[in-house]
Amino acid sequence: MFGFFDRSRDLRTEGVWIAVIIVVLFASLRYDNFLSLYNVQTFFAYNSMFILIALGMALVIMTGGIDLSVGSVVALSSVVAAYASPYGIQVALPAGLLTGMAAGAINAFVITRMRIVPFIATLAMMLGARGMALVLADNKSVSVDWTSNFTKFGLTRVFGVIPWAVIIAAIVFIAFWVILEKTTLGRRILTIGGNPEAAKLMGVPVNRTLAITYVLSGGCAGLAGVILASGFGAGQPLEGLGWELSAIASVVVGGTLLTGGVGSIPATLAGAVLLGLIFNILNFENGQGQISLSAYWQSVIRGAFLLIVVVLQSNKGGSLFRRKAGQPTAEKP
Amino acid sequence: MSESINTTTTAKESGKSLQDLIRSNGTFLALIALIVINMLITPNFLQLQTLYVNLTQVATIAIVALGMTMVIASGGIDLSVGAVMALSGALAPYIFLSDFGVANPTMGLVLAILIGLLAGLVCGMFNGFLINQFAIQPIVATLVLFIAARGLAQVLTNGNLQVFDNPAFEFLGTGRILGLPFQALAAVVLALALSWVVRRTSYGRYLLAVGGNPKAANLSGISVNRVRLLTYAICGVLAGFAGMVVSAINSASDANQTGQLMELDAIAAAVVGGASLMGGKAPIIGALIGACIIQLVKYTLLANGVHDAVALIAKAVIIILAVYVQLNRAE
Repeated sequence: MFGFFDRSRDLRTEGVWIAVIIVVLFASLRYDNFLSLYNVQTFFAYNSMFILIALGMALVIMTGGIDLSVGSVVALSSVVAAYASPYGIQVALPAGLLTGMAAGAINAFVITRMRIVPFIATLAMMLGARGMALVLADNKSVSVDWTSNFTKFGLTRVFGVIPWAVIIAAIVFIAFWVILEKTTLGRRILTIGGNPEAAKLMGVPVNRTLAITYVLSGGCAGLAGVILASGFGAGQPLEGLGWELSAIASVVVGGTLLTGGVGSIPATLAGAVLLGLIFNILNFENGQGQISLSAYWQSVIRGAFLLIVVVLQSNKGGSLFRRKAGQPTAEKP
Repeated sequence: MSESINTTTTAKESGKSLQDLIRSNGTFLALIALIVINMLITPNFLQLQTLYVNLTQVATIAIVALGMTMVIASGGIDLSVGAVMALSGALAPYIFLSDFGVANPTMGLVLAILIGLLAGLVCGMFNGFLINQFAIQPIVATLVLFIAARGLAQVLTNGNLQVFDNPAFEFLGTGRILGLPFQALAAVVLALALSWVVRRTSYGRYLLAVGGNPKAANLSGISVNRVRLLTYAICGVLAGFAGMVVSAINSASDANQTGQLMELDAIAAAVVGGASLMGGKAPIIGALIGACIIQLVKYTLLANGVHDAVALIAKAVIIILAVYVQLNRAE
């Protein structure tokens, strides 16, 4: 569907969109209120956080890296945003965003200057940011100032319909899409992911490009933290556990390869939406009361779902699904 | 392998400076430094009680870290170990508490432990299968069980604690042999055994070859898939064992908490111990020392009244420093 864009041409991203459409059709026929304004609003308001971190993660993964710290960074910046909430959203939002970007900058420093592999560097940040969040918050959630306009940000809707969180996610989505498809930075990101040695020889500023992607990923996590704090009325140092993994799952479900070099921003969005839909549907199914799936079954189903998707997308399992096998990084410009 | 080559070359160079010595035994020296620091600042550090507490707690990290080191040596990673711990830790009590287990206590206990190990084996083989068969990257392939295995454990126990009173099973976590905690001895024995396997068996050679360069290994006739399958299976079994130890320590299985974040501790221990995420290095004894360092740092901060959260930050700094020092050593 979006395959006509330059950079996505190596990927078959139709599958994930078709899956989204099928799931939406199924759910809207089965559940009365599925397409209600309320459900759509809450779905996107809640999932905007996951979409944000998945988008940042997508850029990092396209360079061939990984960012395991995003879940903790969400928690850290939600705490910072909560502390800044008395000064209003105009201060709290930049504060949360900058916290995330700072964490990303430290990741970038450790990866590009100390030459430590992204997995370990961001694993350490995952622990460090969590620790920092707990220290700042003194081990408990930090309630926000309800008198300022901070919580309004989480509760009011633009034009009475669209939650602010969704607007932010949409802006980031469009920005990243343009960056990837239309700018030098986007081309550099994919070149580095495709072949770092060749990229260096071609004169691509590898370190600077890598640094930008980690800072952007941190920034996305920072924004998600602000949304978390304003939407739930508290900075939550213990929230975001395992979010990095659902972000990775969204990116992978969207067809972006962990080896880097190829990827699609719209398909990442679709991946995040698809994972969110699975949750949403399980909730509706429980609400109908015919079968009652405990939260525990939900994790089993999520795991099984992830299994099906990754098997279908793998070279072997997806020969019916994918155009050509065995070309993950081969066809780079 | 490269570890031992490293030390021999250092030994050969006649003018071996103190710096070289520090570099080639960095992990071990760091552990000794930690112990010395503790003797100076931590009250009551040199007491048997302290030793017991630390040995009891470090054993599970160490056991999982051994398997993780093998997997990392193959060029992979296993995120599912914590969830597998929860599964095996819940499965074993489930069996010896069942009607059959109560009716035949001995048989029930043996079966419980065997099935606990078997669950770990099956999970590990499942990971290996996904990675081999579908060429899925290890981090994604093991993510499946990371999510699903804990879910299965929770479904099995309905998310409740299974409290039990079974001295024979509790021996896994509270028993002592020659005055030392059983699980700590088990960790040491397993480490020695695996270290022997890595150094002396063809599987060990293959493992390092597969991790170092899978294509070359394949061309030289090594069955890369079989080596990988076995490696993930070993990691799964060890995680299953560790999960049962945790249940035995608590006299209860807790599917929600057992093994939570253990994958991170295990990776950290392996990396601090000298494993390289690029594969091809299996410092088994290093992982053991790495686990001790992780545990001792945690204990030092705790015993000196430092905030739990600060311990997380300290752990992060230690991981980065350890890897940084090793990188420079390699260059």
